[in-house]
Amino acid sequence: MVTLSTPMARRLPGPTLTLALAALLLVASVLSLTTGAAGLGAGDLLTALWGEGLSLRDQVVFFDIRLPRLALGMAVGASLAVSGVLLQGLFRNPLADPGIVGVSAGAGLGAVLAIVLGGLLPGALIALVGPALVPLAAGLGGWLTTLILYRVATTSQRTDVALMLLAGIALAALTGAATGVLTYLADDRQLRDLTFWGMGSLAGATWVKLATALPLMVLTLLVAPRLAHGLNALALGEAQAAHMGVDVQVLKRVTILAAAAATGAAVAVSGGIGFIGLVVPHLLRQAQGPDHRPLIPHAALLGAALLVLADLIARSIVAPAELPIGILTALIGAPVFLWMLLQRSGRGR
Amino acid sequence: MLELVDVSVQLGRRRVLHDVSLTARAGEFLAICGANGAGKSTLLKAALGELPATGSVRLNGLAVAQTRPATLAHLRAVLPQDSEVAFGFTLGEIIAMGREAGDFATRPDVDDLTLAAVGLQGREADDIRNLSGGERQRGHLARALAQVWEPVSPQGPRWLMLDEPVASLDLGHQLQVMRLARSYADAGGGVVAIMHDLNLSAMFADRMAFLVSGKLEAIGSPGDVMQQALLEEAYGCRIALNHAPSTGPWLLPQACQ
Repeated sequence: MVTLSTPMARRLPGPTLTLALAALLLVASVLSLTTGAAGLGAGDLLTALWGEGLSLRDQVVFFDIRLPRLALGMAVGASLAVSGVLLQGLFRNPLADPGIVGVSAGAGLGAVLAIVLGGLLPGALIALVGPALVPLAAGLGGWLTTLILYRVATTSQRTDVALMLLAGIALAALTGAATGVLTYLADDRQLRDLTFWGMGSLAGATWVKLATALPLMVLTLLVAPRLAHGLNALALGEAQAAHMGVDVQVLKRVTILAAAAATGAAVAVSGGIGFIGLVVPHLLRQAQGPDHRPLIPHAALLGAALLVLADLIARSIVAPAELPIGILTALIGAPVFLWMLLQRSGRGR
Repeated sequence: MLELVDVSVQLGRRRVLHDVSLTARAGEFLAICGANGAGKSTLLKAALGELPATGSVRLNGLAVAQTRPATLAHLRAVLPQDSEVAFGFTLGEIIAMGREAGDFATRPDVDDLTLAAVGLQGREADDIRNLSGGERQRGHLARALAQVWEPVSPQGPRWLMLDEPVASLDLGHQLQVMRLARSYADAGGGVVAIMHDLNLSAMFADRMAFLVSGKLEAIGSPGDVMQQALLEEAYGCRIALNHAPSTGPWLLPQACQ
């Protein structure tokens, strides 16, 4: 006799996964700190931790080059991964990655606008926001694109995947054109800024750069766990979420703001690094299931670890030159995206 | 008590619900019946506060439109006609969501009780997308039931609001779900259910409300509502009406006009 059974969902116990991810992040961090052109290794790191015996040059390498780069990588990776989780929860669809649906492009336009036209703003405003102008403008750009995308692709019961992806293409094309116009208008100094920014890399990380974007990122990482319960309910549709006690309008507004702020801040300091927000949540849902309560902190850990590792590979694979990290994440992420599309068509929807 | 007074709903230019007033009492199973497009779902959505409606809707004395979702979630649970769940949540996770949305976050034992009540015991680890249509519907009913597990709360009766709870179920499971609704009402809770099956409604409901073209045409005991002329007019077909001594009126559709 043949017994048929529906496939059971497999779940890894939460604490095990948390520990494994934390260990992965630790290993990635140590590797990142002890790898580089200056030839400083693990022994030197230990010496540095004890705070003596390092030359001034070595101290600069550790504390002003590698450490800010590591911190920026962790912050950007965690922000992009958590943005992915938030957008996917909002759109009730695992394919909503900030890069794919045009949110990063919108944030990019905001950043370019700030670089090229920022000088036209009143001096008082510039003095107020200071170097955080570019991340803030990027966050604003991301927020506007997310709002438009949500209007186009979502009704109260469901997200139309095809509409969402097509709207993403349209938004990316539109913001790309606007970015092109601005590039054309830019003067030489601005062009240099734009080129640096557009390379999409963690190179040139400084504590100052990190400090401009960190507040928005930290804010999102603090707010996101509070949205987890509501996003779980939202998986059953807006009406059901409301009947289960969720204030859906507030949930949607805060989720859009948080995802846009983190994406904007990440794009402002690292350019367009794609697919982290797609791959990380996908891997974690396979391992632990879709519950947003563990998913959000786990995504922050895995996003940070993966981006630090990707950066490590990007700067060692063609050393002493450096591969733009965006190329590397796309190489890994795009096939995963295609694989997920295949899985969906196999499911028949 | 669920109290609707002069509730009307306008969708675009069309008025789909006309001044409906009705009261559903705790301890009672009220079936909302009518032909396709008669306004049953609209009435339920208006009663839930899902649709902008004129008139007033009160649940246990609370004005539904002005009450926080979290407060209402402790008093009533809703089974929609069809629910598509995003991501790979398991049946157990979904039932726990319902339970935690109500007052029963500290009662994990409720999960198994609701699974057993809908005949899905031992299936909590199944991805809900892999269940059959009827199983999925019963799974969602288990979630709704977990949210309002005890029919009476210190703040008054709790409510099950069901949109076609037996639509995709086989005969045996139809009876199981109807008995479940009946016993919820018998235990002091309120049940309001949209029903297509008049025979099942007459067997299990205390009262039936019958809608025709957005108007409440009849409300009362199954014997009062199951009237030949009313039903033949509403459904556009001939009906043979009978009476079973134990379960009340039942009908067989005859030739359509």
